[in-house]
Amino acid sequence: MKLTKTLLLTGAASMLALSANAQDSGSGISDDTIKIGLIADMSGPYSALDGAGSEAAIRMAIEEMGGEIDGKKITLQTADHQSKADIGSNIARQWADQDNIDLILGGANSGVGIALQEITSEKGVAYINNGGATNALTNENCAPETGLHWTYDTDALANGTAVAMVKEGNQSWFFITADYTFGHNLKNTAANAVQENGGEVVGEVSAPFPTQDFSSFLLQAQGSGAQVVGLANAGTDTQNAVKQAQEFGLTQAGQKLASLLLFITDVDALGLDAAQGLTLTTGFYWDQDDKAREWSAKYEERTGAKPSMVQAGMYSSALNYLKAVKEAGTDDAKKVVAQLKTMPIEDAFARNGKVRADGLMEHDMFLAQVKTPEESSGKWDYYNIIRTIPGADAFQSIEDGKCEAAKTAMAEGGASGASGTESTSGQAQ
Amino acid sequence: MTDITKTEDARTVRARSRSSSILADVRLWAAIGFVLLLIAPHYVYPVFVAKILCFALFAAAFNLLLGFAGLLSFGHAAFFGMSAYVTGYCLQTLGFSAELGILAGTAAGALLGLGMGLLAIRRQGIYFAMITLALAQMVYFVALQAPFTGGEDGMQGVPRNALFGVIDMSTNMNVYYLVLGVFCIGLFIIYRTVHSPFGQVLKSIRENEPRAISLGYDADHYKLMAFVISAALSGMAGSAKVMVFQLASLTDVQWQMSGEVVLMAVLGGIGTMLGPIVGATIIISLQNELAQIGSISTIVQGAVFVFCVLAFRRGIVGEIKHRWALWRSRSS
Repeated sequence: MKLTKTLLLTGAASMLALSANAQDSGSGISDDTIKIGLIADMSGPYSALDGAGSEAAIRMAIEEMGGEIDGKKITLQTADHQSKADIGSNIARQWADQDNIDLILGGANSGVGIALQEITSEKGVAYINNGGATNALTNENCAPETGLHWTYDTDALANGTAVAMVKEGNQSWFFITADYTFGHNLKNTAANAVQENGGEVVGEVSAPFPTQDFSSFLLQAQGSGAQVVGLANAGTDTQNAVKQAQEFGLTQAGQKLASLLLFITDVDALGLDAAQGLTLTTGFYWDQDDKAREWSAKYEERTGAKPSMVQAGMYSSALNYLKAVKEAGTDDAKKVVAQLKTMPIEDAFARNGKVRADGLMEHDMFLAQVKTPEESSGKWDYYNIIRTIPGADAFQSIEDGKCEAAKTAMAEGGASGASGTESTSGQAQ
Repeated sequence: MTDITKTEDARTVRARSRSSSILADVRLWAAIGFVLLLIAPHYVYPVFVAKILCFALFAAAFNLLLGFAGLLSFGHAAFFGMSAYVTGYCLQTLGFSAELGILAGTAAGALLGLGMGLLAIRRQGIYFAMITLALAQMVYFVALQAPFTGGEDGMQGVPRNALFGVIDMSTNMNVYYLVLGVFCIGLFIIYRTVHSPFGQVLKSIRENEPRAISLGYDADHYKLMAFVISAALSGMAGSAKVMVFQLASLTDVQWQMSGEVVLMAVLGGIGTMLGPIVGATIIISLQNELAQIGSISTIVQGAVFVFCVLAFRRGIVGEIKHRWALWRSRSS
């Protein structure tokens, strides 16, 4: 009985594969152009770490492919979502309906990012998010057949920092949390990681979002006697908290300050005097190794600045997408994404990268500490890389996630194998 | 005495309407506009026009309060955004049909408007504006924190449920005509409100509140009514927008949105029927077109606003009307 079922399934699967192959030869590249669209924050709070730099990074990837694939031109069009989900959504729909776009990149704003993923999934367009922090992209709102999440997510950053610091003997933690969903998610991920690794959360305080004056929260953190003060916030809130922590002499008194979401552009804005000693996790640092340095030098020649992890991620995702198009011989979103999932991702940005069934690009993250002004040799020389966090440790596993489509796909994959009993029964429930 | 002035008035009005050409007929213009909107989605991207209609209705609802009752509210995003969330919730979680979802959103806007209005209309001018702003910020924080709104991720992937449970709404074209219907109903309500005895009382309160009170009108009662109608229609616009974009986000409840609607109304011309529609069209088109040419969108919007404030004191439509009236009085 079970055997027949397995046979039938395998038969069906191979027929599907055959018909897909048959389509392949016919479909090829739609309108003889590979159209990439970037919907970025060109003028808002993320424009420094995304914006025009992202556009330059994608152009570098296109040039690296020679501007064409097998004689089919690669084009890039850009738009500014102005931090509004409806503007991003409007443009993405228009590009999909009228311009026949093949790939949409961007969405460095959680609301815009999820909206783009919903539309591209509906329209059958490939989508790669770089810069959106929310882990919903590969959980509740996942669209694993078309939508990928590339650079980082809240899990990887919070988890990475918390695990690595606890392992180094920083057992007791105090959290200052931005009082909205994002902040609480960040804090919960980090707090769980701390406790699972034998650490202890001695206290927590929620600060309204946004907050100018962190003094009472910082005093509580000092009073708690915790070894680490974790900042579960982002952007201006983080910058304010870090500056004021410096004024209160938090790190000088022996406590460590850990930011659960920090970009190199934030450090640049803060200056090393204020940011020194801060521990953080990053998906990319321009000075991490030779490959990264070489590419970042080219990028700097073009833009006058070192790339942020988001901009480097843009380059990497565009490059790998184009390689996958070349490999698959088509720009059909589902086929290219399926192709990406079989390729190892290894370039100037990613180390040991792979695209998972739920659409997350799992790759090594880096635990970094911000240099002191004396250590730094100049602008952009900001981080000491303390250690590499393997992707599997940093990111949440598919089993622990909420992407049902990916779980089902994995269960089906298991069912066709010999030991498929458990997963089939799980799927039936 | 009063009778004589009345009949004189009526006679002059009739004389004027006879002498003025067919061009002054509202119904004719409304019909032309309606036909243009009917065929518009075949030439322009329907989602884009639908978005303009949503914001035009929002701006027109806001204008009802500012232009005809003289109340400057800085909290209209609260109605627009909260109704969007309510509609989204009804469509997504409760599985309402499209028209019930929009009605629920409109009702939410009206209720919120009643609550905010009761507190705010007791004060005038800058105090009124500040109270509405403060209350809207409270609504914003509810939207930010309440679990059902999805916080800064927003409410995403809201289904476009069928209209009356039978008419399919999955295509952009069908949604466009639904939004057009909602827009026309909303605009008709505003037109009727303004051109009714109720609207006359509102205008008299705007011009001279103590005098209106001395004539026996309960000014607070009228202002509250206007506030609730305006809030309900703003909510209707927000609800229609959810049908178009299948999402409700914090952008819609943020104070910037309250500012944007003021901008639309002032740019087009407050106190005119057409003004807010023109204003909304310009602002939304600018946002959409400039989005694709780099990082200058907000700067250009600001420059356009400054230019219009300097060059067209009465707003674009207001200024045209004024010049037209001047030209006519000179030529006659």
